[in-house]
Amino acid sequence: MVDIKTINEKGIEVLKIVGEVDASSSIQLDKAIHDVLEKGHKKIIVDCGSLEYISSAGLGVFMSYIEEMKKNGVQMVLVGLNPKVKNVFEILGLDQLLNTAKNKEEGKIMMK
Amino acid sequence: MFKAKAIARLAAFLATVAWFTWLVTGVSNIFSHNNALPLEVNPQVPLIAVNLFLLFMYVFYKYRIERADNVNFIDLLWRVFVTGLITTVISIFFKVIMILLGETALTQDSMFLFFIYTVNFGLMSSVLISSFSVFRRLILYQKSKILITVWKVFHYGLLVSLVYNVLPFPFLNNIFQYYLFFLVVLGLVLSANMKWVAYLNFRQKWKGILLIGLALFYMGYFIWTIYNLSTDFDTLGIPYNDYKENVFFIALIAFIFVYTLFSLLVLLFNLPTSSVFEQKLEEVVNFQKLSQSIQTEQSEDRVYDILLESSVSTVFAQAAWLELNHISSPVYYCYNISEDEIKKIKAHLEKKKVKGILEKGPDKTRNLTRVLRSIGGSRFRSMIVAPVVVKNEQIGVIALLKEVSDGFNREMEQIVSTFANQAGISIENFRLLSEALQNERYMEELKIAKRVQSSLLPAEPESNSDFDIVAFSGAADEVGGDYYDTHKINDHKIALIIGDVSGKGTSAAFHMSQMKGIFQSLGQLNLSPKLFLIKANNALSRCLDKASFITATYFMIDSKRKKVSFARAGHCPTLYFKKKKNKVDFFKNKGLGLGILRNESFEDYIQESQFSYDPGDIFVLYTDGITEAKNKKGEEYGYDRLIDILDAHTESEPGNIREAIIADLYKFIESETLDDDYTIVIVKFN
Repeated sequence: MVDIKTINEKGIEVLKIVGEVDASSSIQLDKAIHDVLEKGHKKIIVDCGSLEYISSAGLGVFMSYIEEMKKNGVQMVLVGLNPKVKNVFEILGLDQLLNTAKNKEEGKIMMK
Repeated sequence: MFKAKAIARLAAFLATVAWFTWLVTGVSNIFSHNNALPLEVNPQVPLIAVNLFLLFMYVFYKYRIERADNVNFIDLLWRVFVTGLITTVISIFFKVIMILLGETALTQDSMFLFFIYTVNFGLMSSVLISSFSVFRRLILYQKSKILITVWKVFHYGLLVSLVYNVLPFPFLNNIFQYYLFFLVVLGLVLSANMKWVAYLNFRQKWKGILLIGLALFYMGYFIWTIYNLSTDFDTLGIPYNDYKENVFFIALIAFIFVYTLFSLLVLLFNLPTSSVFEQKLEEVVNFQKLSQSIQTEQSEDRVYDILLESSVSTVFAQAAWLELNHISSPVYYCYNISEDEIKKIKAHLEKKKVKGILEKGPDKTRNLTRVLRSIGGSRFRSMIVAPVVVKNEQIGVIALLKEVSDGFNREMEQIVSTFANQAGISIENFRLLSEALQNERYMEELKIAKRVQSSLLPAEPESNSDFDIVAFSGAADEVGGDYYDTHKINDHKIALIIGDVSGKGTSAAFHMSQMKGIFQSLGQLNLSPKLFLIKANNALSRCLDKASFITATYFMIDSKRKKVSFARAGHCPTLYFKKKKNKVDFFKNKGLGLGILRNESFEDYIQESQFSYDPGDIFVLYTDGITEAKNKKGEEYGYDRLIDILDAHTESEPGNIREAIIADLYKFIESETLDDDYTIVIVKFN
């Protein structure tokens, strides 16, 4: 079960993910990111502070947008990952391709 | 327990004996009376004999008729008729003898008259009691508690009256009228139970009227005969057992007469309505046919046919059609009407702003008679339509037509609506059944897929004198995305891979088989682990879908140099036990999952490492299905538990280590099933 909220904070789209992203709920995550990109936003913060768990399917969602974002000059920062979730990103090596930050403020600084 | 038949025979025999006793003692007393001699036999004896005779007759018919199974109403009435016929014939036979004898001394003889009286009395009781037993079954056809109670009171009242008849106490004479009145009233009350009449069809009712009419005639004949005889005795002043003093007999006559008369009248008055009842029955049968059609018929077509037939026959429609919405054009099932006619009617309805009869609306059945009235050149004058709905979706409509105006009443609308609903349910069931069968087929397919996939994993991983490899893999669904394999490159080199496809289920299984193909082809090339992963990433970049990736770790075990080189593509870090240091730890080197970065830069993220091994060293490969397995509290099995369990079993055989880890895992999750694929590979060096 996952709940994703999108808020615009001073020109930055903030996606707040609450709950767990598994094979079935990864579709919601995909839709949320897709919608944000569709609207042409260039700065995205994914707030993972309340993300409890992410499965490989969820990681696949982030992965699938890396190329597209790079091409379109979209910046995305994942912030507030808890150690467990961070570890999952690190094992896969995805942390090397995605920007991460401790919190939203840091994330915003990174994108300036 | 006596058999009912034996009891009936015994009762018949005893009744005959009682009757003879009555005859003999009665005649003897009349003889004494005529010759002014003292009575030879106590007058109480013939009286008791009469009542015993009645009792035994009662028992006889009780066992003959009441116990007979599966007898329909007409058969029961037939029994009454036959008994009546036989007894009447016998009685008339004696009458004819009397007439033939004419005014001879014998016919004037009171003893002979007494004989005739006893014969007629016996025959009449037989008619009465057999009718009583038959009526009991008719009355109690649809029982209620109160009806059974009333019947019991009546029935015991009758039996007690037999005892009352013979009691020699004069004061009892005073209650004679009350007793009789009580029984007659009860008989009247019971005579109101005529429900069985409704279950006869038109023909049966006619038969019933005939049989009961004749029975009534016998009754009249007997009453007349016995009345005449007793009047003769009364005028002659001869002592005989007057039927008029027998409560049982009189109450029975009253009851049988009333019930027969009532039955006759009720049958007569029900004749005109019997077609309605038959109609209702037919509706029920049609309804059943519709609901059962799904079990017997294997096609929806048949259900539609039955719906059409049933509706037509129950509402007496002259024509009808069933129209099913179809992607291109509607499909018609016609009865007595051509498609051209249908189109004409539909065009007319549309013109009259009835928004097509396929219009959806909360009002189920619609009577379109008024709209139809204005159509020219059509033979039809009234029409009703009902939608056929399956799973809240209207799939079609049934229209029924009549050549008379106002041919459909509210009832008929309801019936058609019910039929259409039932047909909808039948179709729905039929579809569910087909779906279930389809699902079963899919399950079979998946089982085959499972077998095929398990054959993709090595039955026996490669080993040599330097090390043993054991493995285990389980899938959450029928098929999964975990993969491990070994490949012998030469005598001292073995390639080992473990992989995990993102996601699970069928899509993961397909990607897993692609990985197998890549490993089996690239593995032969004796590539370094890093180069292998680069090539594999290259290959997978072209065949994995956008959001899928595969994590893997590739090992090259060189038993000549006692070295293992490996590279990790985003797979779970390898667990390693170094015997010399007696320490369990993870190899943490850099890596990136296959298919994540689908270009040349992938190689920048891959790091190749190397380590030497000694005897007793162990390394454990696994997939995240193990470390991420959750218990009921939502805790993950995690890395630390994995370290601990390996630490506790470092001296064990690799097979035992595998079992220990699996057992510990299941103990932790406290469940029989995991929701992810999981794999474990253990390599132990000798």
